[in-house]
Amino acid sequence: MSAPILELRDVEAGYGPFRALFGVSLVVGAGEAVALVGANGAGKTTLARVASGLLAPSAGSVHIDGSETDQGSLSAWRFVQAGVMHAPEGRSVFATLSVQDNLALSFQRAFGRAGLADALDRAYELFPRLGERRGQMAGTLSGGEQRMLSLARVLVESPRLLIADELSLGLAPMVVDQVFETLSHIRATGTALLIVEQQVGHALELCDRAAVLEHGLITWHGPTNEAGAVLESRLFETGATR
Amino acid sequence: MILASGFFEDLFRGLLQGTPPGAVYALIALGFVLTYKTSGVFNLAFGAQAYISAAMYFKAHSVWGWPKWAALLVSVFVLAPLVGLVLERAIFRHLRTASAVSKLVVTIGLSVALPEIFNWAARFSAVAGRQITGIVPDGAGVYYDPFGVYRFNRDELAMMAVALAGTLLLAALFRFTMMGLSMRAVVESPRMTELSGINANRVSAFAWALSSTFAGMAGVLIAPRFNSLSSGDYFTLVIIAVAAAATGLLVSLPRALLGGLGLGWFIAVFNTFLPGLADDHTWLRPFQENLTPSLPFVVLFAILVLWRAVGRQREASDPLAGVDPPPPALAALERHPKLTLFTRLFGVFFVTVVGLVVWFRADVLWMSLVTKAVIIALIYLSVTVITGMGGQISLCQGTFAAIGGFTVFQMADRFNMSVLAAALIGAALAAVVGALLSLPVLRLGGVWLAIATLAFAFFFDAVMVKFSWVGGGSTALLTGTQVPRPLIGPIDFASDRAFLVLAVVALVVVSVVVIQLREGTIGRTLAALRGSEVAAASIGISAARARIVAFAVSAAIAGLGGALLAMHQQNVNYALNFAPVVALFWLVVVVALGARTVEGAIQAGAAFALFEPLILQGELLGWIVRGEERLPEFFPLSGNWRLILFGLMAMQFARHPEGLVEHGKRRSATRINRWLESREARA
Ligand SMILES: Nc1ncnc2c1ncn2[C@@H]1O[C@H](COP(=O)(O)OP(=O)(O)O)[C@@H](O)[C@H]1O
Ligand SMILES: [Mg+2]
Repeated sequence: MSAPILELRDVEAGYGPFRALFGVSLVVGAGEAVALVGANGAGKTTLARVASGLLAPSAGSVHIDGSETDQGSLSAWRFVQAGVMHAPEGRSVFATLSVQDNLALSFQRAFGRAGLADALDRAYELFPRLGERRGQMAGTLSGGEQRMLSLARVLVESPRLLIADELSLGLAPMVVDQVFETLSHIRATGTALLIVEQQVGHALELCDRAAVLEHGLITWHGPTNEAGAVLESRLFETGATR
Repeated sequence: MILASGFFEDLFRGLLQGTPPGAVYALIALGFVLTYKTSGVFNLAFGAQAYISAAMYFKAHSVWGWPKWAALLVSVFVLAPLVGLVLERAIFRHLRTASAVSKLVVTIGLSVALPEIFNWAARFSAVAGRQITGIVPDGAGVYYDPFGVYRFNRDELAMMAVALAGTLLLAALFRFTMMGLSMRAVVESPRMTELSGINANRVSAFAWALSSTFAGMAGVLIAPRFNSLSSGDYFTLVIIAVAAAATGLLVSLPRALLGGLGLGWFIAVFNTFLPGLADDHTWLRPFQENLTPSLPFVVLFAILVLWRAVGRQREASDPLAGVDPPPPALAALERHPKLTLFTRLFGVFFVTVVGLVVWFRADVLWMSLVTKAVIIALIYLSVTVITGMGGQISLCQGTFAAIGGFTVFQMADRFNMSVLAAALIGAALAAVVGALLSLPVLRLGGVWLAIATLAFAFFFDAVMVKFSWVGGGSTALLTGTQVPRPLIGPIDFASDRAFLVLAVVALVVVSVVVIQLREGTIGRTLAALRGSEVAAASIGISAARARIVAFAVSAAIAGLGGALLAMHQQNVNYALNFAPVVALFWLVVVVALGARTVEGAIQAGAAFALFEPLILQGELLGWIVRGEERLPEFFPLSGNWRLILFGLMAMQFARHPEGLVEHGKRRSATRINRWLESREARA
């Protein structure tokens, strides 16, 4: 069997003196989809940051395709070049660049100058609203439109592993449905997923496995069809909603 | 009719004459904007970088006799980008997520230290009267006169051609290349850029190398216009660049270009017409003499204050700032109570011992040095108020101190007034000036506030000090700005010991005032504002009043300190004590050592006044090895070391923005806390 795309081994991480993860291990294999659920403040975002190279773990290690990554402070671009992309939580666009430039920044690296126009078309097809506003500064988009923009960036590229943090937050229900449709679509093309979601229902439908994170530790971990019952019993503690 | 045609001819000539320097200003403004756009650094050390290239060019061409092209290649296309790369790698890379203001402090430190480091490393010293020759053969000797009113020499043509080429190059870079887009992305969020798969470090290294090349090129091009190479002229050059860049709100390259040209034209036209006008209207004469050198500062100040868009500009915030840990709290707050008690006791013990030694053993020189340290510490408390509490950088504290000093001088000289009363008047006057100045500049905030105060300081330096009712005019030239020591009843403070006591009392009083201010309403308002202005406004806290009070109090403290310093030295010694560059020095020392606490200011005062004699002159080592004659050969060390160490300190500050003393305190506090706790756990 080939090495998994992403593997976290006993990762501890935090911010300054504050610890947010206490020895977390997690594996995402090629083409696999994993849902990460947990209460607010459990450390899901922190885990996503470690998994995408934004935050260096203070102990433990992160492996991509079986080889350990070096822990230089800002090396997220190496993760991207290895095919691991991260759609971070919250507003994550370049406010002073136009919509088109936001997209071009990623696409030109991924598809080259020749593939740029084609990739832009695909993004605008996915979210026509963005196409209408391609010349506008991204900072002046509405919250939902900004989410669409940061999603368009990662969805069009169909990376080997997509780490998505609270994708649906701030999007209208119809758009959320559309986003998950796209996710299952790119899943079918072989992209592995690590999904952090408050809307557990959607996430569990999409994923094969789930991991429950509580207070910086993974306390349960198994196939999604069993996750329903587990979450039901823990729903109260985790605060996750269906 | 004849007059009119003469007028237009003069105007046209002025414009032509202003174009070549304007082109160089544009070049340096472009580089400045480029640095700002791609790293968020307001690089006041840009002039220092230009100076290094110009000095290298001079050394290679005129001293070593290299051909011009080789000297140009090495100084502009090798050394300049190299300096940029080193700065990026060693300093600014680590500062990417720091606040704009702490970056500014670092560049101020560098602007002083870089020329010194170069002069020392290259054994370079400027030779007065020996000019640099331009980059083209026989640049100053061959003329072209396309319009029949002004003759351009070859150097001037080269300036314009290079500026044009540089502009086209930059425009193409930003418009057509991936690198241009990446550079814009990195400014806003290096982390997001990395998430797009782009190596942010490489991008910003490239940007630094490129903008530094612009600085170097401008430095070499402008050099023939100076009488001799001095880093001070180059600092003025960067102020001009800031003014030009400000017209484009620091982000627009075309407007920076126009701004640079516009300044060149404005200065040239001004110089064409003002002398004639001043001949007719005598009241203009003092302005004509004084204003010309300070024109860039006046223009900059006017742009900042009158153009409302400048103040409204906000830094774009990094959407991924949430990855950074929060700034640490003051060490004192997390200290173990036993440790606090111990530090207090040690502090009292240390001060007592030093006091006793100085009182009984110190000679005149040492007594005077310690007194100076006390007074400087008092002045530094003014920085604690405005920067430590208010979170704003004022670069004109030296000016406020000078107002105090000059007031004492004038009052004593003209009215024979008691100097202590005059000191209080000086402090009050400084407070009024501070409050008045704060009205237009406070709205600016952040880096712009700092720059406006810097412009004010240079304006005061170039224009106000020359007036006889401020700097003493011809009296001062003849006899100096003399100030007597105070006399209260039977106590004559002409005695150095008595004056030291007076200074210490003043320091204690001001410290108490500062602490009261910090704990009171004003202090808490300022703390809330430092957190977030928007949030503070939403709960009904008004920024304006607290800030004006902070500015006025800070100015008053500086004014009092300036008055005391003048009394101590029995002379205002403006150029030595209060010139704008000295105040830049002050700010970096205080902020680097710790602007948030009273101890920080006192330690900084001691460091500023005592470092040179104690360490560099070898006094301390001499005392340890018992005897000056046993000191190693290389003592006394050159005073330039102070500047170099100062630069290093500014760089260290980059890593510990809370201040070095504060950082050291926290580290030891954490260690000792742990030790104390483990002992308690065992017990
Ligand atoms: N920049 C930061 N500095 C300090 N603590 C942080 C920072 N970011 C997150 N935390 C803390 O880390 C913990 C985990 O946060 P996070 O990973 O964002 O949780 P989640 O995404 O599961 O809601 C929380 O207690 C949060 O307060
Ligand atoms: Mg989260």
